[in-house]
Amino acid sequence: MGLFSRIKEGLKKTKESISYKLNKLFTGGVLDDGFYDELEMILLSADIGAEAAEEIMDSLRLGIDQKHLREQEDVIKALREIIADMLSSAQKKPPAFPAVIMVTGVNGVGKTTAIGKMALKFRKEGHGVCLAAADTFRAAAAEQLTVWAERAGVRIVKHAEGADPAAVVYDAIASVKAKSTDILLIDTAGRLHNKKNLMEELKKMSRVIDREYPEANRYNYLVLDGTTGQNAVTQAEVFNEAIELDGIILTKLDGTAKGGVVVAVTKALDVPVVYIGVGEGIDDLQDFEPEQFAAAII
Amino acid sequence: MGAFSSLSDKISHIFSKLANKGKLTELEVKQTMREIRVALLEADVNYTVVKDFISKVSEKMVGEEILKTLTGSQQVIKIVNEELTVLMGSAHSKLTIAPNPPTVIMMCGLQGAGKTTMCGKLGLMLKKQGKSPLLAACDIYRPAAIKQLQILGGSVQLPVFEKGVQNPVKTAQAAVAEARKNGNDIVIIDTAGRLHINDELMKELEDIKAAVAPSEILLTVDSMTGQDAVTVSETFNKRLDITGVILTKLDGDTRGGAALSIKAVTGKPIKFCGLGEKLTDIEPFYPDRMASRILGMGDVLTLIEKAQSAVTEEDLKRMEEKLRKNSFTLDDYLEQFESMKKMGNMQELLSMIPGAGNKLKGIDAEAGEEKIKYAKAIIRSMTTEERQTPDIIKASRKKRIASGSGTTIQEVNQILKQFDATKQMMKQFGSNPKKGANLFQMGNKRR
Repeated sequence: MGLFSRIKEGLKKTKESISYKLNKLFTGGVLDDGFYDELEMILLSADIGAEAAEEIMDSLRLGIDQKHLREQEDVIKALREIIADMLSSAQKKPPAFPAVIMVTGVNGVGKTTAIGKMALKFRKEGHGVCLAAADTFRAAAAEQLTVWAERAGVRIVKHAEGADPAAVVYDAIASVKAKSTDILLIDTAGRLHNKKNLMEELKKMSRVIDREYPEANRYNYLVLDGTTGQNAVTQAEVFNEAIELDGIILTKLDGTAKGGVVVAVTKALDVPVVYIGVGEGIDDLQDFEPEQFAAAII
Repeated sequence: MGAFSSLSDKISHIFSKLANKGKLTELEVKQTMREIRVALLEADVNYTVVKDFISKVSEKMVGEEILKTLTGSQQVIKIVNEELTVLMGSAHSKLTIAPNPPTVIMMCGLQGAGKTTMCGKLGLMLKKQGKSPLLAACDIYRPAAIKQLQILGGSVQLPVFEKGVQNPVKTAQAAVAEARKNGNDIVIIDTAGRLHINDELMKELEDIKAAVAPSEILLTVDSMTGQDAVTVSETFNKRLDITGVILTKLDGDTRGGAALSIKAVTGKPIKFCGLGEKLTDIEPFYPDRMASRILGMGDVLTLIEKAQSAVTEEDLKRMEEKLRKNSFTLDDYLEQFESMKKMGNMQELLSMIPGAGNKLKGIDAEAGEEKIKYAKAIIRSMTTEERQTPDIIKASRKKRIASGSGTTIQEVNQILKQFDATKQMMKQFGSNPKKGANLFQMGNKRR
């Protein structure tokens, strides 16, 4: 299955339900208050959030007036454009090598799975990849990552459970330096952003990378669960404050959740969405394309 | 996103613009409801649930005698809070126990909701209640899920039954047989996380249910879930007829509107919630507290309870005695710090204060905790005599105390100053006991 069709597949259910609502909406043919309310509801149901939805609706109203839009297709197109624009405000840049990518996020968002998928992706592109199992807190996290390392056919550095995660990072850096590996992917323990000591731990890991591997290109990615609501905005803000994010991975888009909260996130922060997760298979990680994402939502 | 402050501010603003007193007009109700609608949406309550809720409350509000003053806005919020509490339902934290053991508890939910961790927490909680739970590992899909349950089981000293990656229906059946054989009166079945639209995996859950006839089917839901909570819980409920819900990760700062959505669409009670990373971090679910949280109003009840459990009746009596005699010493001061510590994490406590969400954002709770640590070290570095009569602490004693506690003389001075201020305040309460009593009454009035 190609990239485009896979995203489409993953987001098909979303699109179907929303298109249905829109079609129902447009059969009336009049752009009155009820129409705008209904459209706003569609945005809200996608977790775009009250504030961002209002902003989108304002721009849409303006666009409809300026361009005298009356056709269903045109209004949908305008709406998609507005959303895509908001999502492309931050530019993503492909990683330069040698790269260290630290993957962070709250508990249960799919960090380890995302790393497994990224590992395979980079290896397929011909890069040497090493994983660092720096989630030393959750029971069996390192075992889980080991299975992914085997699936992707890449190396892994791990310590015993309860070890200092910064020490794992230290050893992993020594390993990638010795073997001149292109990419080090660091799995970190899930942490709620309001636990200050855990956020400090993350900063410490970041400092270790800076100190031990200054020549590497650093990337800090935040994994957001596509089913998460408005709390994702706070998550992104707090993680960004702690370690300065370079990208967002939006996971679990193969369900019925729309993941629209990334619109609110990119509105609040200048951080691009890099990948989206659309399934449990090892190749179910896709590049994020704002236009496709917007089109799949509306 | 401390919504209560902004919500109440906004509503107050609407009210302050209205000069006359009398009944609320439809327009005023509409304006007010719009603010409440946004607050609920920002808390992730599903939009259809919000819509229903708003129309129901609007009906109640039109024609209601509400004074168009600042207290009028409080009145509106009170009505909204009461309606929300009604919608959240009453507390049902009891688990159904089967007449013939073992009682089978089946966990289900999406990926990453926290099922496996919750199995360990539930198991430990039931063990403490005198039960003998067996954990059954039926997640054969996620790498190392079985291992994770084994480690959790090991750390709470509960047996874990696993049959590798064989058909989970068979494993569940075998686990129940094993429990019967070994005299375990509870079986907690951990199942794989799955999407509600994955027909094959949902069928697997139906098969497990048919095979082991669980007394409880608990849907585990991440409290940060957005609008989709409705679709997810509706589907799980339709296919499995769940008996209840467990809300996880409530120790985060999410307002947790998903709880309301789930309750509204399934009608099933939320029985427990997960509140931290430790295996003891599980609590019964309190619907009224959740209603306040969704509106961003803090959790006064929990705060009062925590205070009560940290301070005993005797402590209070002794303190009262000291107040009367005005013999409050540094030893008592130290004791106060200790009981504060017993109440728990400062950040958590602050988040329970109504309206604190926003206003206290700038305050660094953990820095406060650090300060308490230093204060305790400073007092502990004093002699008994110094603690009883702090007036004798002059320059050379200060120097000794500072080096003994690893602090500076300035910090020692600061603690002494704070102690003096506290003592002054206590003196006032002591001379006028009613003032002190008022403090507590205020707390009660809020409910």
